[in-house]
Amino acid sequence: MSDPSGAPAPATLAPAAPVSVSTAVPAALPADGPSAAVRPPVPAGDPLLVVEGLSVTFDARSARPVRAVRDVSFTLRRGECLAIVGESGSGKSVTARTLVGLTGGRATVSARRLGFDGQDLTRLREASWRRIRGRHIGLVLQDALVSLDPLRTAGAEIAEALRTHRVVDRAEVRPRVLSLLTDVGVPEPAQRAAQYPHQLSGGLRQRALIASALAAGPELLVADEPTTALDVTVQAQVLDLLRGLAADGMSVLLISHDLAVVAGLADQVAVMYGGLVVEQGPTAAVLADPRHPYTQALLAAVPAMHAKGTRLSITPVDRPPATAGCPYAARCPRSDERCRAELPPLAGDEPGHRTLCWHPGPPPPTAAVSATVTAAPAAGVGRTDRVTGAGPLVEVAAIHKRFRSPDGSWRHAVQDVSFELFAGETLGVVGESGSGKTTVARIVLGMQAPDSGTVRFAGAPWSGLPERRRRALRPRIQAVYQDPLGSFDPRFTTEKIIGEALGSAGVRRGQQRRDRVVDLLERVGLAPGLLRRRPLELSGGQRQRVAIARALATEPELLVCDEPVSALDVSVQAQILDLLAGLQHDLGVAMLFISHDLGVIHHISDRLVVMKDGRVVETGPVGQVFAQPAQEYTRALLAAVPRPALT
Amino acid sequence: MTAIDAAVGLGRRSLTRGRRPPRLGLVLAAGVLLLIILIAVVPGLFTDRSPTGTASVDALRGPSGTHWFGTDQLGRDVFTRVAHGAGRSLRLGVGATVLGVLGGAVLGLAAALGGRAADTVLMRLADVLLALPPLLLALLAMTVLGNGAWNLTLAVAISTVPGYARMVRAEALVVRRSGYVEAAVGLGLRRWLLVARHILPNTLGPLLVLATVGFGTTLIAASSLSFLGFGAEPPTPEWGLMLSEGRNYLSTAWWIGVFPGAAIAVTVITVNVVGRHAQARYTRRTSR
Repeated sequence: MSDPSGAPAPATLAPAAPVSVSTAVPAALPADGPSAAVRPPVPAGDPLLVVEGLSVTFDARSARPVRAVRDVSFTLRRGECLAIVGESGSGKSVTARTLVGLTGGRATVSARRLGFDGQDLTRLREASWRRIRGRHIGLVLQDALVSLDPLRTAGAEIAEALRTHRVVDRAEVRPRVLSLLTDVGVPEPAQRAAQYPHQLSGGLRQRALIASALAAGPELLVADEPTTALDVTVQAQVLDLLRGLAADGMSVLLISHDLAVVAGLADQVAVMYGGLVVEQGPTAAVLADPRHPYTQALLAAVPAMHAKGTRLSITPVDRPPATAGCPYAARCPRSDERCRAELPPLAGDEPGHRTLCWHPGPPPPTAAVSATVTAAPAAGVGRTDRVTGAGPLVEVAAIHKRFRSPDGSWRHAVQDVSFELFAGETLGVVGESGSGKTTVARIVLGMQAPDSGTVRFAGAPWSGLPERRRRALRPRIQAVYQDPLGSFDPRFTTEKIIGEALGSAGVRRGQQRRDRVVDLLERVGLAPGLLRRRPLELSGGQRQRVAIARALATEPELLVCDEPVSALDVSVQAQILDLLAGLQHDLGVAMLFISHDLGVIHHISDRLVVMKDGRVVETGPVGQVFAQPAQEYTRALLAAVPRPALT
Repeated sequence: MTAIDAAVGLGRRSLTRGRRPPRLGLVLAAGVLLLIILIAVVPGLFTDRSPTGTASVDALRGPSGTHWFGTDQLGRDVFTRVAHGAGRSLRLGVGATVLGVLGGAVLGLAAALGGRAADTVLMRLADVLLALPPLLLALLAMTVLGNGAWNLTLAVAISTVPGYARMVRAEALVVRRSGYVEAAVGLGLRRWLLVARHILPNTLGPLLVLATVGFGTTLIAASSLSFLGFGAEPPTPEWGLMLSEGRNYLSTAWWIGVFPGAAIAVTVITVNVVGRHAQARYTRRTSR
């Protein structure tokens, strides 16, 4: 997210300011009940939140009720952090919203017990919810730009929380706002409080949102994907902040799709799939010794933890979805008749570490093999044909590109960027948002002309060509975008989308083209049954596969992939990364791979370009850059990556 | 080859939505509209009287079993005249709408795709024309073109062109900058193919739906001009003209003016209901 106003950028690399919320909070608690006495600073005490048998069903009375959450139970103690992990549609966000009474009118909530600080949440009406929400349970949502009112300053947002719950006297509101902003590590709080959300960077916005959630001194903070939209260094700061809050006695319920984020923060983890908690226990136990096949698949899918050339996704088994039994049975390599017929109980031999599976335990030897090295034979070996090729496939020489900002000033998106890309290799371009990596991709694609500097393709001029002459060469460079849906004509079916690309490569209409489309679909792991589907009728993973099939249709020498997996769930991301690696191995296509995710870049690239503020900071072989980063910025970037600390 | 995408089943979900039984209002509107169209095409099916045959004995009779809509000052059957006028009035509305959409599409696409100079000239021209109320614009065109049914159609069409041109231009600009047009550029498609295959269909799809809703306004504008004395000459049955003829008798014989007016209203309402439904369906099908 860029900062068009030119407001002073936060020192993203500075370590987060020390957090001391507890000092500010206790005084704010008026005695309005026995439970609201001064909060004891001792962490990990009595249970604060007790959930037993929580179920949430949407459209319960309709023909097709959606059972979003099924029989979920957990206990969160004071000062503890519980993380709920799962992919989209797993029910983790619905669980979080239920705890603040925000499930909406279509939902039917039932629970054997839903106790918060001695109160029964199941009996609350909306008016009572309003007294609890914000006051005792703070909520932090994913995207602070959407969650903050664009027409109000950050200070007004926090002040509202203070006023609504009458936490402090009118006169003390402003000093309290400033102290809250200081507590969450916002530098120059007086200035920031007067700024509007769009004038703040992503990290500062998220801090302001957390500050407003903390304003009334809640005992529990529910954070729903609090770092998902943030750059990695900013994410590290926000995670530090949450860690500090938990250390000071705040209970945190963290919702995330990212096991790596969870690992450094949570005491307890609950892994959800299909509305069920499939595994839960102490973080260290679950990460070090995952028992459920889905948890194992999730861990295997984290690209940062696996070297290039290893498979991330476990070969999915193709079985019809089970209706009665375990929801994961359709994807599970271990599933049998029993799994499909009957739901296993949540059980475990160790105290606190429980698994919902008929066949728990470490992966059997065969599955373990397929999850690691065998399937994609070391894709890095023997493909960089620098010997055979006369020169590099792409030469980018000192390109510059600047854009006019809304206020009339020039913004330098790309400055003096040079690199070479050889046939058959993958060059990763990594950088935070606004670093200019997408502009570089568009210039290499020939969608934008550089202001100065040149791009040469296959030894011939490329960037300076008139469109008339470039057109014939375009099929040789193809693109895979972050948002495949937007890159498809909404009226086209899968067949037409891929067929059009084949047409531009000279394949004539008719049976021959049809056969090629089916071949390509198979190549990217899709069934021919999808031929007649429109983009809207495909899942996110399927769309990206169709986009890859279209890019491959013209048999290009270079694939430019601009954040191709960043909008996908971890397990789908793993499948797409495996697919790209396999295709490169089989077809020898070169890739320019743009990503903000160091883990993804590390996994897929041979060489690496690190960008910051439009400039190349560092470049070199991936192993070398990751092992011995030469530049301060690269070191900071690498240090900020959350890693599951497996002890 | 890796196994077939495990998520194959997932995409089905979106296929099943939107299969509710159609609403009663929609069915009713569509039925009435079909009836109106049938009347317009073969009015003889519904009445065997002559729309221009006078009978002074029967003048100014109220609605009854023999004369459903009553008779006018010359003893002509109002129902027969409304039925026979349907074709002419609908032709005016449809003709003007089609011409307006066509003109708007051509000018809008020219502005969006023809470069900065064309864009500036065409859009400033549209600004000037949009500054005038459409009916006044149609009146101006009428005075320049002269009377007659064909000129009336043309005049009403002209008054709607600037609005359509703006919409087409805005739509075309969005489509031109969309991801799928860029993807098509990346495939090396020639410019005319790009326009014909992606820009034109995705621009005109929503426009055609808008036009059905715009038809109502056009029909009213055409009727208004007829009412003011442009267009059809007196003995001809035409809704706007009949409205005008009934004006003098509104206090004594309301049916002469009210029934043609009601015919206009019912037509406009039913077309709008059906048009809006089509619009909602189109958006559901093509946007996320």
